This record gives sequence, structure tokens and C-alpha cells, in this order.
Amino acid sequence: MEKDQLIKYSELLKNYSLKRPLNIMEVCGTHTVAFFHTGVKDIFPEGLNLIDGPGCPVCVTANGYLDRAIQIQKEHEVVLATFGDMIKVPASYTSLQKLKSEGVRIEIVYSPMDALEIAKKEKDIEIVFLSVGFETTIPTEAVTLKKAIEENVNNFSILTGNKLTPPAVDALLTLGEVKIDGFILPGHVSIITGSDNWQFLPKKHSKPSVISGFEPKDLIMGTLRLVQLIENGEIEIDNLYKEVVTEEGNRLALGFIEELFDVTDANWRGIGVIPGSGLKLKDKFSLYDAEKKFPVTMPEEVENKSCRCGEILRGLITPPECPLFGTVCTPREPVGACMVSFEGSCSAYYKYRK
Amino acid sequence: MCLAFPATIIKLDGPNATVEFHNVKRDIRVDLIGDCQIGDHVLVHAGFAINKLDEEGARETMETWTELIEIMEKEDKKLKNDQSPE
Ligand code: SF4
Ligand code: SF4
Repeated sequence: MEKDQLIKYSELLKNYSLKRPLNIMEVCGTHTVAFFHTGVKDIFPEGLNLIDGPGCPVCVTANGYLDRAIQIQKEHEVVLATFGDMIKVPASYTSLQKLKSEGVRIEIVYSPMDALEIAKKEKDIEIVFLSVGFETTIPTEAVTLKKAIEENVNNFSILTGNKLTPPAVDALLTLGEVKIDGFILPGHVSIITGSDNWQFLPKKHSKPSVISGFEPKDLIMGTLRLVQLIENGEIEIDNLYKEVVTEEGNRLALGFIEELFDVTDANWRGIGVIPGSGLKLKDKFSLYDAEKKFPVTMPEEVENKSCRCGEILRGLITPPECPLFGTVCTPREPVGACMVSFEGSCSAYYKYRK
Repeated sequence: MCLAFPATIIKLDGPNATVEFHNVKRDIRVDLIGDCQIGDHVLVHAGFAINKLDEEGARETMETWTELIEIMEKEDKKLKNDQSPE
């Protein structure tokens, strides 16, 4: 895109005069960061309010998940393999990073396949992969597991903490705590789910939505289009990321998920248990299910009472409204998950604070 | 944690591929995208191509934008005319 075109678009957004104040929610954590990073948030016209949604898989992972991983490590001496994002997240009593600094072997991987490779090379250790992530990531984990099963890699298992985003957005709207006029839907998640999976937004909740990419032009046009849909009363989904998002999604990827997982209820930090918003391994793959393979006595789950991540994930407050923000809680010493993840709201607000 | 970057396939070997993005090469898997060829543009996440970048779709998106801009510029002008007393 030409630079002067981008400037033109920015002017359009900046000078847009809203008919009434509007709350729009971006579901995806990458969007949260992109809105700050590109400066698009700074050129929002008066009255347009961007509310961060529950869009980061790290942030919404409740303490109990990491507690279990840590307990499995302790009781069964397994090697935990994880995406880097999870490493600093405080669990009820410690974090993976602390364990690592105490000399416990924890493998940070870029791809779930890397974790499987370790298991294949080191037959005498048990690798437990922390399978977190939304629809974007789940298929990569499904393929990896399928390989493990096919190749009989029986020192490899996964601890499922995967979550599905549409049910969470549905739950937020049903809770009705925060008034949202329209949604900017997650681009990468929608590549897998397809735009049809979001039809409940216009159909059930009468909310217009756009699917958008992550470039400055995508963010500006997505925002403008959403405002237009809302103001014109056009209750529909507009897909502005057609180069990768289709109506039916990535069928191949969805097939892998269906083959290995069943839908189940899942516990979201700050929101609670949402029906049908999680995945569990099918019973016939129990040998690869770390929760079944390595039974543990779970410690009591405690949440840090002063951390307000939960309210932030529900769109009720913004990070600076948390008394710990930027003083006690910083990305170097995070108190809550929302300050850890690169895509967490607290971390984004901190990084781009003025 | 779900960052995805666009890259071009430069080598293919069954489910394994090498992609290049700004002169950085990376080995990835292509299990999730079905048919693909050297030269295809893909989006890469966690070591997997999660989709091909569809040229047709990209063009459609651009067209939507062009239309949008036109509509908005018109409205913008209308607004300005409404507001200016002359
Ligand atoms: S791209 Fe996906 S995982 Fe990443 S923040 Fe957005 S929704 Fe979450
Ligand atoms: S600033 Fe820190 S303590 Fe406050 S809500 Fe965010 S993560 Fe929790």
C-alpha cells in the first residue's frame, strides 16, 4: 500500500464524527498490541472506545492448569516442554521460570514438533508438552500428537489447556456486564474457524463485526468499516481479510482437531467455566493425555487477590485502573498473567504508556 | 502467542518445507495446507503453514477497501458541506 494512501485513510479515521459514542471490542491479543504499536489507537475519533477482549491464550489460562503441570513435574519427574510465553506466568505458588532457575529442566520450544523431536531423541525421559492456545495453534498441536501416535512415541504426552474463542465471546455477551456495539474479530483464529463460526454474533446477539488483519491499513479500515456497520444498523459480518479467511475456514486443520479432540467445558481466568469452550483428548488416546497418564494430588488453587486480570479480560476495567499497574506489577516482575504475555493488555498498556 | 508471519516456500519435501521471509530461512511443516508448491506464499505459525495467501482474496479485500474509501469520502464531503455555513 502506498504511503500517501495510508495517510489518507488515517485522516478519514481521525476526522470521523460519530453519531454517538461507541464501544468496540477487539477479541485478539495481537490486535491489542497492533492497535498500540501502529499508533492507530491514537487516531481514534472522539467517542470511539476500544475494549480489549479475552484474546490471549496465556492470559486466560487459569492458575489450576499450570499448578497441574508443575505438580506433574514434581511427582513424576517429567520434562515439561512449553511455548516461551508460558514460562513467566505466575501459578498459585511458583512459576516455570522459578523452577527453571532452581535447576529443573524445562524445554522452551517454538513448535510443538520440537517437543516431539526431543522425546524421540531422548527415550529415557518423559516429555509433557503444555498444549495451550486458541484455534490458530490447536491444529499444530493436533498434527504433532497424531505423529506421536503414528510413530508410537510413548514417552510423549500433552496437557491440554486449549480454548475455543467463539464460545468465550458468546459468554461475555451473555454475561452482559459490558456494553459492546461491535467486534473486531481475530484474524488468525478466523483462518482456522472460518467466518461462519462467528455468525452467532449478528444472529444471536445482533452485533455487527469485521474480520481484519494486522497491518495498519487493516486496522484502520477494519475500524472504519465496523463503525459504518454499527451506524447504518447493518447487522452482519464483513470479512476484510479475504486473502486468508474463508467462510468455512481451514477444513484440513479443523479435521485434525476433530480427529483427536472432543469439545469440553473450560475454565477461563476471570470469566470462569464456559460450556463447550475447551478441548480434551479423545478417550482412545489416553496414553498421550498427561492428565490421565500422570495422576497427581492437586494443591489448592489460589489466585492473587490484588491482581485484576479477571476484570480486564472481561472488559470491565483498563489496566491503569489496577493499583498495582506499573508500580508493583511490571513485565520484569509480573504479578498476573496479563502482564506476562506479549499480547496481554497490561503488558501492552505498560509498553506503550505515555 | 499466536503470531503468524507470511513467508514463501523455497523447498518442499513431503510434509516438510523450507520457507523464506526477509532472507531468513526456516524449516516448517505443511500438513495443514494440502496442495502446495514452491513459490507459494503462506502464513506460518508455530512451525506450521496455517494457510496459503490467496491472491484472489487479497484482490477482493483491496476492492472492498477502494469502495469503502469512496463511500466515506463522499460522506465526509457531505458532512463538511453540512457543517460549513456557506
Ligand atoms: S492471534 Fe490468536 S492467539 Fe494470538 S492473540 Fe490473536 S487470538 Fe490470541
Ligand atoms: S497490572 Fe498486574 S496485577 Fe494488575 S491486573 Fe494487570 S497483571 Fe494483574
